[in-house]
Amino acid sequence: MVTKNIMIVGVGGQGTLLTSRILGGLMASRGYDVKISEVHGMAQRGGSVVTFVRYGDKVYEPIVEEGQADLMIAFERLEAMRYSHFLKKDGVLIINDTRIDPMPVVTGAAKYPEDIIKTLSSSHTVYSIDAMSEAKKLGNQKVFNLVVLGMAAKHMDFSKEEWVDIIRSRVPEKTIEINLRAFDTGYLS
Amino acid sequence: MAEKEIMLGNAAIARGAWEAGVKVSAAYPGTPSTEISENLVKYPDVYAEWSPNEKVAAEVAIGASMAGTRAMVSMKHVGLNVASDPLYSVSYIGVNAGLLFCVADDPGLYSSQNEQDTRLIGRSSHVPVLEPSDSQEALEFTRLAFELSEKYDTPVILRTTTRLGHSQGTVELNDRAVPEDKPYERNMAKNVMMPGPAKGRHLIVEEREKRMAEDAADFSINRIEAGDDSIGFITSGIAYQYVKEVFPNASVLKLGLVYPLPEKLIRKFASSVKRLIIFEELEPFIEDYVKSLGIKCEGKDLFTIQGEYSANMLRSTLLNEDVNCVGANIPNRPPILCPGCPHRSTFYVLKKLNIHASGDIGCYTLGAVDPLNVVDTTVCMGASISMLHGMEKAKGREFIKNWVAVIGDSTFMHTGINSLENMAYNRSSATVMILDNSTTGMTGHQDHAATGKTLDGTVVPAISLYKICKAMNIEHVVEVDAFDTAKLERVIKEETARDELSVIIVCAPCALLKGQKFPYKVKAIPEKCKKCGMCLKPGCPAIKKKEDGSIEIDDTLCNGCGLCVQLCHFGALEKYEV
Repeated sequence: MVTKNIMIVGVGGQGTLLTSRILGGLMASRGYDVKISEVHGMAQRGGSVVTFVRYGDKVYEPIVEEGQADLMIAFERLEAMRYSHFLKKDGVLIINDTRIDPMPVVTGAAKYPEDIIKTLSSSHTVYSIDAMSEAKKLGNQKVFNLVVLGMAAKHMDFSKEEWVDIIRSRVPEKTIEINLRAFDTGYLS
Repeated sequence: MAEKEIMLGNAAIARGAWEAGVKVSAAYPGTPSTEISENLVKYPDVYAEWSPNEKVAAEVAIGASMAGTRAMVSMKHVGLNVASDPLYSVSYIGVNAGLLFCVADDPGLYSSQNEQDTRLIGRSSHVPVLEPSDSQEALEFTRLAFELSEKYDTPVILRTTTRLGHSQGTVELNDRAVPEDKPYERNMAKNVMMPGPAKGRHLIVEEREKRMAEDAADFSINRIEAGDDSIGFITSGIAYQYVKEVFPNASVLKLGLVYPLPEKLIRKFASSVKRLIIFEELEPFIEDYVKSLGIKCEGKDLFTIQGEYSANMLRSTLLNEDVNCVGANIPNRPPILCPGCPHRSTFYVLKKLNIHASGDIGCYTLGAVDPLNVVDTTVCMGASISMLHGMEKAKGREFIKNWVAVIGDSTFMHTGINSLENMAYNRSSATVMILDNSTTGMTGHQDHAATGKTLDGTVVPAISLYKICKAMNIEHVVEVDAFDTAKLERVIKEETARDELSVIIVCAPCALLKGQKFPYKVKAIPEKCKKCGMCLKPGCPAIKKKEDGSIEIDDTLCNGCGLCVQLCHFGALEKYEV
């Protein structure tokens, strides 16, 4: 199998690491060679963060480079825009429709771009969801990343059962139910 | 079949150390090496500790090795500068049981103050350097390091990079095999480094290195992957993966031991290919050696010394492929202090008082950037205090009247303590602020001697920062809550005005520390808002200015510290219990 490239982008603190570990666990359980590259340390403090997940028969480099991503999961609109040039021409972009102002916007030194989803949709296949609101409805805003993952899962070649199994094994036991409901919300949207 | 698991490179190093029978591990946290200790402590029958700094940690490991059990120390690249004193001398002594220095370089500066290359320290200290290229090798090379250490009677460096330590890959697991403890025997000529014995040991070290370089041609971790002979690459570490990604059929000399380098193997490989390219991140370390053998090769004339490498770099340079997809021109998102961070409150007050801060290494380095702009300098761990002292000695009391040193609790315990000792001893009149957030923040919450908890979670008596300062005969030591801005302002004014050394310990736990959440959040009351912008000044990411200039609080981000409530004169921000 040709190696598949996935990127998860967002703002430090949004929980990209949990998402990549669920993805990595799923692919390994299916017998693929998997490499995941993460960001720890300073950039995690509210900075722009990106995680790469690659899987296939044999994976060499652990990063996804410009123009190579089959699927991008963006936890924030501006971050979707920042990394969109990493997508392949026929790549799919999943966006959590939420806005977190970076410091240059907070201080007034820069403007947050308008109509990001519309702009990106003109050049890419884009699916978006307001996962924060969906998660809030479920009673815990923290599970928004599972809502986004659920939406992304529809564009990957794994069965619903496989997803459910891996989520059960990767999230804290007390939160299994709400995380599965969050996943369902995205999956069925 | 052996059990397989996906593992972070750093977790694989911990696993390899455990399998190799390591009994003692010491470290000071530092990205990208921290997870090695955090994983190692989870294994049974290993003693793993956070030491106050890398020098202490290295000496703990040296002692354990000398006593006769396998031991290791791990650190980030700049940590080795702190630990280089013991490294250079234990190189002469060698080991009793295997001794590993695991050192993580940071090409691309994800979380560091420079891009130094640890291989150079390996060479100058005459210590062999291994470099794995994925998680599987991280595990295997760690095990091998202990065998080589004992076989050649030398400490061994395992050099990693951020990309390796923070990438996950599949690893095969093995059982732990603990070699029998070595007996301890007194050996003055080997273990006491004073001029007489050290002269003798230096000869042995040179001899050892020569022998290892000879043998290295036959090490299985140094291998020729013969292929298309039009281009041959000599490479190691993560750079090897990029070569394989783009040139799966090229000839490759893959080096696992990057110091000392195997002359015979390099000559053999070089003569088998038409064009020889050295592909290595950071310094031209292998390249310089290859050139010193009189072999023609290309390297840094094609590829940069700065930053991380990539497969696209090879595609564009060697295949002339157009890989330049241009990104959108949009606002940057630099790292910032978290919502509820006590440093924001402290820096807000310092900025208000127009005070310069001699800064240090930690989250509070972010006080250097917009909108706080308080921190003027950052060099290395502990330097905030000693540099301010130097400034006073250079330009006198007047010059530093509107200066303070800011240093975190963990950094203070690391090396700041020596710098303060110097101030007390050499009659400084400066003001030092210890920003005590009860943890090592930037690296992700590690304990230290002043938090009262060890790496394995054992509760121990916490060393008092206050009493340390008092023990140095510093008369004026004041403790203030970071969020009591009125008192903080008063104290800073008083202490900086004083012509005597003073220490302000600013206390408030890190907002992300477990169990430290404020029981509040803040809400905006739009009809009271005068749109003055006071609450925006400290740059809290949870506060947003709406189109009409009024304020909105993002309650998913707000940590309820209440700094903004203190700043609002119109009662337009209110705390509520959650």
